[in-house]
Amino acid sequence: MKTIIGLEIHCQLTTATKLFCGCSTDYQNDPPNTHVCPVCLGLPGTMPSINRRAVEYALRVAKALHLEVPEVSEFARKNYFYPDLPKGYQITQYDKPLAVNGYFEIEDDGGAERKIRLTRIHLEEDPGRLVHKGGGDRPKYSLVDYNRSGIPLIEIVTEPDLRSPKEARRFINRLRTILEYLGVFDGEREGGLRIDANISIEGSDRVEIKNISSYKGVEKALTFEITRQKNLIRRGLKVVRETRHFQEARGITTSSRGKEEEHDYRYFPEPDLSPLMVHGWLEGIDLPELPTARRDRFMRDYGISLNHARTLTGAIRLADFYERVARELEPVFAATWVADTLLGEVNYRGMDISEVRPEPFIDLIRMVAEGAVTDRSAVDVLRIMLDQCMEGRICEAPSEIITRLNLGKTVGDDYAEIIREVISANPQAVEDLGSGRKEALNFLVGQVMKATRGRADPLELGRLIMDLLKEEGV
Amino acid sequence: MVSDKDVEHIAQLADIGITKDDLREFTVQFNAILDYFDILDGVTGEEQGEDSLCNVLREDDGTPSLPQEDVLGNAGSTEDGFIRAPRVM
Ligand SMILES: [Zn+2]
Repeated sequence: MKTIIGLEIHCQLTTATKLFCGCSTDYQNDPPNTHVCPVCLGLPGTMPSINRRAVEYALRVAKALHLEVPEVSEFARKNYFYPDLPKGYQITQYDKPLAVNGYFEIEDDGGAERKIRLTRIHLEEDPGRLVHKGGGDRPKYSLVDYNRSGIPLIEIVTEPDLRSPKEARRFINRLRTILEYLGVFDGEREGGLRIDANISIEGSDRVEIKNISSYKGVEKALTFEITRQKNLIRRGLKVVRETRHFQEARGITTSSRGKEEEHDYRYFPEPDLSPLMVHGWLEGIDLPELPTARRDRFMRDYGISLNHARTLTGAIRLADFYERVARELEPVFAATWVADTLLGEVNYRGMDISEVRPEPFIDLIRMVAEGAVTDRSAVDVLRIMLDQCMEGRICEAPSEIITRLNLGKTVGDDYAEIIREVISANPQAVEDLGSGRKEALNFLVGQVMKATRGRADPLELGRLIMDLLKEEGV
Repeated sequence: MVSDKDVEHIAQLADIGITKDDLREFTVQFNAILDYFDILDGVTGEEQGEDSLCNVLREDDGTPSLPQEDVLGNAGSTEDGFIRAPRVM
């Protein structure tokens, strides 16, 4: 049974002010209803005016995703009553969107590049935020915050070209990366991206899932919905054409039948705004270096592997971080530490790379390069650094941690005593080694490592053991 | 032609209660207004507006927002800086 998925993705643009008024968009840490004015409250007599930068940002996205920009585009009113809209309508675009007919390449489940067609991109204002109070599924009342009302959004609509929840997630991830590279979107911003998904099993009716607000949520919501629809079909039942809501916390979709299905938005051209004629602007838009180009440059300039280059360019902040490290240290060595070690530790903690300061990390890795600390100890130090940073504690310098925990690589005589003890405690291994069994040396090295809590360099230990045995004439 | 039924539907969408008498009168008025549009539709002229009337834009510069107490001033009910609305889900 073939699965057919189309997405509508709403992304907040990172302009300084709202789409139609001068209220600041930087409301995340402020009390409710403190970033609103008569325009975004929809008070009588006010007039919207279009933010030039929002149009430029949307066009930048349109160009990067290969869309055409028609000669004329227009804003429209979408009328409905819901407390998230103070005006009783949302200003959006309807039959004359800003851009149409583009595409975007993703890797399909088999790893091959595939084009996903994009129907359109349009500009619209974000509605306010509602907090439903009292009692899970049946809230008693709602609280309204209009700080978000009027934030510029682009809605990106795909053709039904996606074939699996995993593909949908890859699409969203790659889109996020591109939008961040374009400098128009902040993926770390809470609620900055919201998704509606259309999904059907071939031959059955289509269901729309609303209210998906996280990257992981896309895959979860779609997986749940496919199972639900396939089960219906298997039992000989019909999939009802409807709108369903994704309940993030429970990982399920629930029917929202009733009033919502009767929507009649009575779209009409927004009389308070003039049309846009911005086709000619496209040529003047210079796109920044995008992920694929940066990946290729990393391989060329830094000599790192395709895998490392792909990982390191997967998010703009990570790529910037790597370049900062690669300026100071040998780039291939730096790539291994950033892509394999640091990224793993950061992801494990659910942190973002932007929370990691490059300087102390560079100091630590430099000590590894200079042989002042073993790889293994450096990982321990890194973990401590990340934990301190995550807990908001005062961050110790790596050298301080190394001194405090006595993790500095010690050499030569310091180990002689321990090695002698290990040798006398393991006569069998010593004998095996004497008769040419190399693995016996590994065993002895392991015993010394254990006694030194892994501070020593195993290669060096092996050499020391052999020297000592020779001295003692074994 | 707009019928009584259309007007009833629109009233419902607009969340307005209207009486039977009003309904009749509104239907007549609706049709009169739509007749004016028929006249306008007959006017020949430029398909698209003047270029100078397009792209009326403002720069991305901030202007002050209202104090929270002013924002909440018109609300029937508030709670912790939010406007309280009846159940909507
Ligand atoms: Zn405003």
